[in-house]
Amino acid sequence: MSDIRLPSLGADMDAATIVSWCVAPGDAVQKGDLLGEIETDKGVFDLDSREAGVVAALLVAPGTKVTVGTPIVRLQEAVPVPTAAAPEAPEAPEAPEAPEAPEAPEAPEAPEAPEAPEAPEAPAAPEAPAAPSALAAPAAPPPSPSPHHPHVSPLARRIAAEHGLDLAGVTGTGVQGAITQADVARALAARDDATPAAPTGAPVPTPASAHTPATIVDGMRRAVAAAVTRSKRDIPHYYLEHDVDLHAALAWLARHNADRPITERVLPAALLVRATVQALARVPELNGVHEHGAFTPSSAVHVGIVTALRGGGLVAPVIADAQTHSLAELNAALLDLVQRTRAGALRTSELGGGTISITNLGDRGVRAVHGVIYPPQVAIVGFGAIADRPWAVDGMLAVRPVVTITLAADHRVSDGIRGAQFLADIGRRLQAPEDA
Amino acid sequence: MAEQAQAPMPSAAAPAPESPATPATVRMTYREAVREAIREAMHADPRVFVMGEDVGAYGGCYAVTKGLLTEFGPERLRDTPLSESAFVGAGIGAAVGGMRPIVEIMTVNFSLLALDQIMNTAATFLHMSGGQCNVPVVIRMTTGAGRQLAAQHSHSLEGWYAHIPGLRILAPATVEDARRMLAPALADPDPVLLFEHALLYNVSGDVPPADAFVPFDRAIVRRAGHDVTLVTYGGMLARTLEAAERLAADDGIEAEVIDLRSLRPLDEATILDSVRRTHRAVIVDEGWRSGSLSAEIAARIAEQAFFDLDAPLRRVCSAEVPMPYARHLEQAALPQVDGILAAVRPLVTR
Repeated sequence: MSDIRLPSLGADMDAATIVSWCVAPGDAVQKGDLLGEIETDKGVFDLDSREAGVVAALLVAPGTKVTVGTPIVRLQEAVPVPTAAAPEAPEAPEAPEAPEAPEAPEAPEAPEAPEAPEAPEAPAAPEAPAAPSALAAPAAPPPSPSPHHPHVSPLARRIAAEHGLDLAGVTGTGVQGAITQADVARALAARDDATPAAPTGAPVPTPASAHTPATIVDGMRRAVAAAVTRSKRDIPHYYLEHDVDLHAALAWLARHNADRPITERVLPAALLVRATVQALARVPELNGVHEHGAFTPSSAVHVGIVTALRGGGLVAPVIADAQTHSLAELNAALLDLVQRTRAGALRTSELGGGTISITNLGDRGVRAVHGVIYPPQVAIVGFGAIADRPWAVDGMLAVRPVVTITLAADHRVSDGIRGAQFLADIGRRLQAPEDA
Repeated sequence: MAEQAQAPMPSAAAPAPESPATPATVRMTYREAVREAIREAMHADPRVFVMGEDVGAYGGCYAVTKGLLTEFGPERLRDTPLSESAFVGAGIGAAVGGMRPIVEIMTVNFSLLALDQIMNTAATFLHMSGGQCNVPVVIRMTTGAGRQLAAQHSHSLEGWYAHIPGLRILAPATVEDARRMLAPALADPDPVLLFEHALLYNVSGDVPPADAFVPFDRAIVRRAGHDVTLVTYGGMLARTLEAAERLAADDGIEAEVIDLRSLRPLDEATILDSVRRTHRAVIVDEGWRSGSLSAEIAARIAEQAFFDLDAPLRRVCSAEVPMPYARHLEQAALPQVDGILAAVRPLVTR
């Protein structure tokens, strides 16, 4: 038995409403399968399973708003999946049988297959079930990054809930830094000041899925506001920028794309992301999360791609393990993410767990973007427009496609020199894109 | 209830009207108040008599019954042997037999010798007799520390008695309550224990006319406030009020002070009503913290007013040691004003 808890889709989310379930008790689910839909301040998202197993119970009724970390689905022990049995049983015909026996009494069946070739020890039974559970184990609870839970007094929590106030950005002044009634009152006053009296009155939490597009945008604005406020309040940013000549990179890309169908052509943005991801391997203090007063570097690069939504607001869906992607895969992932973001078809698993973010305002023509770090991350890389600029080459003036790459990084974790090395490394990699 | 929130603690001596007969406010000491209450009860009801160690010829170890032997004679002021179990048991028997005894025990520590009689007999008879047999006994005893009487005479065990169903536990903290609580205690058909804090006997205070008396099972807001509720009783009331005044003067914190008066049953409504307005509570109890009356009050607040709380509950209790003899150690072991201030201040942030 294990519980799937409501995941945090970012530091600015602390609750969501269960819109619907698309599984029922008894259904077997694999990691990544759709469980249902949830609605946050940022919209409606597909909730995909982070574990495999059989749904034992749906713990939250549709229409219920629950906080991050609340158990929402109870899973029973994962059923052995076909791939699980296959490597274990060399006898080809036996293999398919194992998965068909998901019920409890699999023990008596399983021993028959593997036991024959082995020594006829009596207590072989425990070994057989061990295989499936061992397989299930890694798929089981991936310790989800526990969201930071500040102390909130019961009264403050109640009042905040009554007014639909997101406590993420509220500073506590009470015992042990707890958020008190007074802190909530201040935050409510600030919010009311910030949202010039809409005739509909204060945006009160709407039960169930009664969010109109307008209230989603309001919620989105609040969520973005909470995240950037927290970022600018808590994170001492430092900023660097670095101009990079993309002459070689774009020339290589043109050759690379020349003999490929349009659908497989690589975008310049993918090259930039690829170089960024690779450069991060050498500057671990820019890739990870800073929580509870300590920085945890990440060996994997989960890169959040800051994306504007049509209706307003931002999300930063994550390409997980970007360091393992080839250029073509990265390109495809980027296209896919942007399309699905615009279509409102993002999955919950794509909205959290980023270790760094990339923002690209180049297609709007700006030269440079100085980003706001998305907490609890510690760095954000920005790309401006790739534009022809005068550029000194071998003592002569040339016209080259140049991009300004910026870095905003958390000075608690890294220093400017490391950021400078990082940007220079990106620049170097872009001079030799064929190695990418 | 707010109208009752006068501060009856010693203040600048006011000219006291000298005729106790007139229905006006009179001023007296806590000791005199208890004595007047006993005298009044003995005049009012011939079934009332006093029994205990040294209550007659000696006048009581705290001189509460001084002079009553002359007035009422040895039949009604009965000196007993030094055997708490015997004379408390005799008192219970007399009550069952139709009398209205007032049994005095020197200190709550000594009452443990009579705990069997109090708990296994007085508190159970009505229940075990199927409602046939009330035990209308009143047992008075001294409680509390502060007089260097060390670890066998100084404890505050009223919270133990407040644990026992079948008993009514009263803690008169003011001169008025000392004067007025005895009569309804005697009128109660069931056993009532009155706990008189040893430090209160010399305190002077006003006693308003009897019709101003708030029923003895109600807690009283002794000081109105809106920032934090201080719940206390008995000997701790005066210093809790002093702390409240300091908080107002030094910190601008307006503390509401509740005098429980009745430790069993507890007047939950008054406590919860206050906490729901102030959103914070500190309990000041001379008893030990572990398994105490303060724990009971804190639990009830948490059970019933959790979502009104804006800060953790706090308690100010005696140090968990046998009460020391040495004066500085005794004072260090007892709840003090500074300790109350230190408990309250962090809770009230703005």
